[in-house]
Amino acid sequence: MSEHPLIELIDIHKAFGPVQALSGASLSIMPGEVVGLVGDNAAGKSTFMKVLTGVHQPDSGEIKVNGERVTFRDPGESRRTGIEMIYQNLALAPNLDVVANVFLGRELLRNPLSLPFLSVLDEKLMEHKTIELLQRLKINVKSVRLLVEKMSGGQQQAVAIARSVAFEAKLVIMDEPTAALAVKEVGKVLDIINNLRADGVSVIIISHRLQDIFNVADRIIVLQTGKTIATRKTKETTMDEIVKFIVGGVQPELSTIASGR
Amino acid sequence: MSQKTDTAPDASRTGIASQFRFDLNGLGMVFIIIALCIVFSWLNPNFYSGTNLRNVARQTAILGIVACGQTIVILSGGFDLSAGMVIGLISVTSSLIMIDHGLVIGCLSAIGIGLAIGAFNGIMIAKAGLPAFIATLAMYSAARGLALIISGGLPITDMPFEFGWIGAGQILTLPVPALISLMVFLLCSFLMVKTRFGRHVYAIGGNQDSALFSGINVDRVKILVWSLHGGLVGLAALVLTSRAVSAHATLGEGMELESIAATVIGGTALGRGRGSILNTFLGVVVMAILTNGLNLINVSSYYQMVAIGIIIATAVYVDQFKRVKS
Ligand SMILES: Nc1ncnc2c1ncn2[C@@H]1O[C@H](COP(=O)(O)OP(=O)(O)OP(=O)(O)O)[C@@H](O)[C@H]1O
Ligand SMILES: [Mg+2]
Repeated sequence: MSEHPLIELIDIHKAFGPVQALSGASLSIMPGEVVGLVGDNAAGKSTFMKVLTGVHQPDSGEIKVNGERVTFRDPGESRRTGIEMIYQNLALAPNLDVVANVFLGRELLRNPLSLPFLSVLDEKLMEHKTIELLQRLKINVKSVRLLVEKMSGGQQQAVAIARSVAFEAKLVIMDEPTAALAVKEVGKVLDIINNLRADGVSVIIISHRLQDIFNVADRIIVLQTGKTIATRKTKETTMDEIVKFIVGGVQPELSTIASGR
Repeated sequence: MSQKTDTAPDASRTGIASQFRFDLNGLGMVFIIIALCIVFSWLNPNFYSGTNLRNVARQTAILGIVACGQTIVILSGGFDLSAGMVIGLISVTSSLIMIDHGLVIGCLSAIGIGLAIGAFNGIMIAKAGLPAFIATLAMYSAARGLALIISGGLPITDMPFEFGWIGAGQILTLPVPALISLMVFLLCSFLMVKTRFGRHVYAIGGNQDSALFSGINVDRVKILVWSLHGGLVGLAALVLTSRAVSAHATLGEGMELESIAATVIGGTALGRGRGSILNTFLGVVVMAILTNGLNLINVSSYYQMVAIGIIIATAVYVDQFKRVKS
């Protein structure tokens, strides 16, 4: 549809005290595109995406949405722009139930007395919409009123995914969405990603499981010690090449190890 | 699209989020309360007299008001050690204001000062990042000092005569303090169960990062929580001063610990966003019956303190035990 990318992150730098987490990270994504973001542990993948969602403020660099420069001071602002993220640790409230988690920060309200300041939570409607959402995603939970802490890791993951696609996001970022899952459930997550793409939603998926990335991503971006060092169309690359980039293919001794497999 | 799946997620019939349900914990508390009533009535028939029960309600009302605020603070992941000393400070300052400017302004000033002190606590914790323990310990000391400076350590007694009604009056034979307390309980319960504010408080207590990442303005919610609690502490100071017929710097002494005790006994866990205002209501009732009953059978207040200590430890132990089991 549109010519320019949905999101551009240009030359992002970010330090935590002495730790230079990002030093020249860049990424762009088109509407409906699925991008795989890969890199070694501590390469800065999560930090990079948290800069995009407004959790962290970059020290330098630009963020553009639909070609226009933006700054996100907090996650609320990025969410209102249509950017959703499933964080690596899921970031669910364990003491709340599925409905409350799905609608956290975006609760639906009703005003039974039509008086100002007397809006109350519309539990019925939120519950109804949650059930509908889970059915649409073919996610089974015993009850949407179950506390999240009472659910298995895989189910929690499903709730986190449902929550991220509940509000017509333009971009969904998934940080290791398949790490905690059984093989069968991994397929489901990949299905959801394919459905999002079909709906024109962009997806950035971070994963250490390269086979998952090669399964769904249109393009792969490699981050090494906080810097974007390679971008490849999935069709035009191989796992070997990506592995070399990840472990630092420029360094001879490491490249020997990598190709020695 | 709308094909029927037999494993479709099911919703509870009530539509009330499960953490707010009147759970086994609450039911257990009710049994404890009934048992205590039976035992004390048997040990001393005076326990079950209207006069005594009204007395209990009057005495407990102030604890109830403070415990409501304390519970909301605890649900948000904090706790307040300063409440008792702040009551003393508000007692003396608002009484002096009342003597100079009249009943209404005096009453409003009590709540206003409470709101301001609460907001200050909240800013220290949310914006300056101090742990609640340190921030409110500092406030404890400062409030105590200020109260003694302002009052010179002496009681203040020249408040208008009508002021006494708040603490001693009754409506349809029900003590005014108890009615105020009941209204506070209902209002706080409504806030926590029915409103977006309450939902956000629970979220922050359960997982602050998740609240933050969801776009909730965590700092603002926390400052609101502490301000609300402060306002309630102001209200408690007002009722207590009226009941005591004099203001004094040490009037609320111990209220911080009693309110935490009532909250914890009710089953609201420190720092995990679990519990409710209803739980605390039951906790306050247990504390009240226990104190009154032990008084009636002539157990000294020293032994009572020991008993409360044991009960707090047991309550938390049972709570943990249940959590490990589930
Ligand atoms: N909030 C923080 N404060 C201080 N240092 C941080 C913070 N977040 C990340 N870091 C550091 O920044 C670097 C990059 O971390 P990041 O979590 O972004 O890596 P990652 O690529 O997501 O790693 P993984 O694959 O293990 O999830 C690491 O050295 C990490 O210790
Ligand atoms: Mg990470």
